[in-house]
Amino acid sequence: MAQVSLRNVVKRFEEVEAVAGIDLDIADKEFVVLVGPSGCGKSTTLRMIAGLEDISAGDIVVDGAVVNDVPPKDRDMAMVFQNYALYPHMTVYENMSFGLRLKRFPKDEIERRVQEAARILDIKELLDRKPRALSGGQRQRVAMGRAIVRNPKVFLFDEPLSNLDAKLRVQMRTEIKRVHQKVRTTTIYVTHDQVEAMTLADRVVVMNRGRIEQVGAPNDLYHAPATRFVAGFIGSPAMNFIPCRVEKRGEHLYAHLSESVGFQIPPARTARYGPAVGREHILLGLRPEHITEARPNGARHVAEFDVGVEVTEPMGNETMVFFSIGSTEVCARVSPTAGAREGSLLRLAAHLDHMHLIDDASGRVL
Amino acid sequence: MASTAVLEAAGAARRPRYGSMSRDRKWALRWSYFFLIVFAIFFLTPPVYMFITSLKTSHEISAATNPWWVYHPTLSNYIELLTSPMFLTFFKNSAVVSVCVVIITMLISVPAAFALSRMRFWGSAVLATGVFLTYLVPETLLFLPLFKMFATFHDLTGFSLLNQWWVLLILYPTLTVPFCTWIMIGYFASIPKELDEAALMDGANYRQMLIRIFIPVALPGLIAATIFAFTVSWAQFLYPLAFTTSVDQLVLPVGIITTLVKADVYNWGQIMTGALLGAAPPLIIYAFLMDYYIAGLTAGATKG
Repeated sequence: MAQVSLRNVVKRFEEVEAVAGIDLDIADKEFVVLVGPSGCGKSTTLRMIAGLEDISAGDIVVDGAVVNDVPPKDRDMAMVFQNYALYPHMTVYENMSFGLRLKRFPKDEIERRVQEAARILDIKELLDRKPRALSGGQRQRVAMGRAIVRNPKVFLFDEPLSNLDAKLRVQMRTEIKRVHQKVRTTTIYVTHDQVEAMTLADRVVVMNRGRIEQVGAPNDLYHAPATRFVAGFIGSPAMNFIPCRVEKRGEHLYAHLSESVGFQIPPARTARYGPAVGREHILLGLRPEHITEARPNGARHVAEFDVGVEVTEPMGNETMVFFSIGSTEVCARVSPTAGAREGSLLRLAAHLDHMHLIDDASGRVL
Repeated sequence: MASTAVLEAAGAARRPRYGSMSRDRKWALRWSYFFLIVFAIFFLTPPVYMFITSLKTSHEISAATNPWWVYHPTLSNYIELLTSPMFLTFFKNSAVVSVCVVIITMLISVPAAFALSRMRFWGSAVLATGVFLTYLVPETLLFLPLFKMFATFHDLTGFSLLNQWWVLLILYPTLTVPFCTWIMIGYFASIPKELDEAALMDGANYRQMLIRIFIPVALPGLIAATIFAFTVSWAQFLYPLAFTTSVDQLVLPVGIITTLVKADVYNWGQIMTGALLGAAPPLIIYAFLMDYYIAGLTAGATKG
């Protein structure tokens, strides 16, 4: 059980700054997910917390003590690796008990802990097998078991599900969440998969180019992204970004997307979007699920407009519709009964309560 | 319609060639067998000839009979050698030297390979290449300077290193350590990096990581290196010939040549017998260790 804090942590590989000074406080028992595209520094950050990578500047603090120069074996953290990293010559039991045996725990204590972890992970019948006789999902469970038996201060997960097939990944995701609910240990989890981040995390840390873009609860990131990067990274399919011009007419603000498409911005946001009036490089951000087919007696603040459908992607429960506004391709999610056909005209409704305005120059969401 | 016709035509044309893959394979196999048999004959002829000769008396060898047939088989050569205290001393010297050299080599090259492949210190890459380069220097170039060094050592200290069998324990590792280190670097390098990191996270230090993870996982490499070191020291001829002279200090290959060839009298029957008996231990060791030489021991450590 531990709190972990990063204070302006920097990692340089020769000239390249992989982690460019990040600050982060992780509370006791919290499940924090570091997410971002490859090369954003998330794995490096995790490895610095583990002690597998030296830090170039800043401090890593665990339970109030700076651990910058503490070797990994004395940090009392357990790590689950992307490719499992099981010891191939040991049985599952030996793999899981290796850390405890190194620390000279009494035999019956080791036995008790391994059996308990095996029960939690449902791998009791695998204890005598060697790793090569296990499937990918089973190996991943054993790797988790090896972490659990140690009863460490912190769990570190480095893309643990990336090597599993899609179905197993979803299953193991639930498993990890279940284990965390049972074991309640501070957990830091790295992934490039935003769905994994959203589903697992108490708090998500979105990283990009060695910096933290935003930290927040999954729903906060989804509904109130701080930057264009977060807005585009979280959510699938990705948010639409459409260049627009904001004008003030009387009391109201209007957003013009093209010659033909424009609408009034909800009055509640007039004050917030005031600075955008007349500025260049403003983007309207709207998620595909907030552009639907026009419905009679629809919700408030809905702007309807006609588009020429270019491509449709039926998904069964819904249909993705692609069309152009100006030179920008836009995606909408409509009901399969809306009758969207390629080449036809469709009346769509933009739900403006969910809109974002983004300053493209700074990347900030206004 | 047209497409069906084309398909049928193609089918008709292809039908005679049905099974061409297995026919190709059959021919490839025939050629493999042909060459394997040629090679087997080529390489087995000398030992077979040695075996035939070892069963003959000196009289029968010098008589102009068919050299490929034994008319009066006898075990006298074997009995004579195996009851000769001299031959048994050679055998014992060879065995002691080889076993000690294997142990010394492993004690040096395994930790060296671990340090060079995993501990990443300044200059480790250059050192690793340097280790291999020393192996490329032929031993025939090295024994002269070594001899000179021993002579100088004798002049300085009055202590002679020549004509002592245990000096071979210092000499042979100069041949075996570089190559074994090189083999082990290769095997250690094939162990995924995550395995050390997992061990580090589990609380292992470098010594524990080497002994409990690296050595068991790289066991096939360790066995390959052991076989190499044993073979090199068992079959070594030049160094013992140059550095040992007294009969009680000789190892098997040199002993056979120096005691069984007297001026221009070659005791062929015993030479062949001695050579055959000398070749037996490496063969036995190969046969025994090959069972443990299980490649792909790392399977299951990581994905794939």
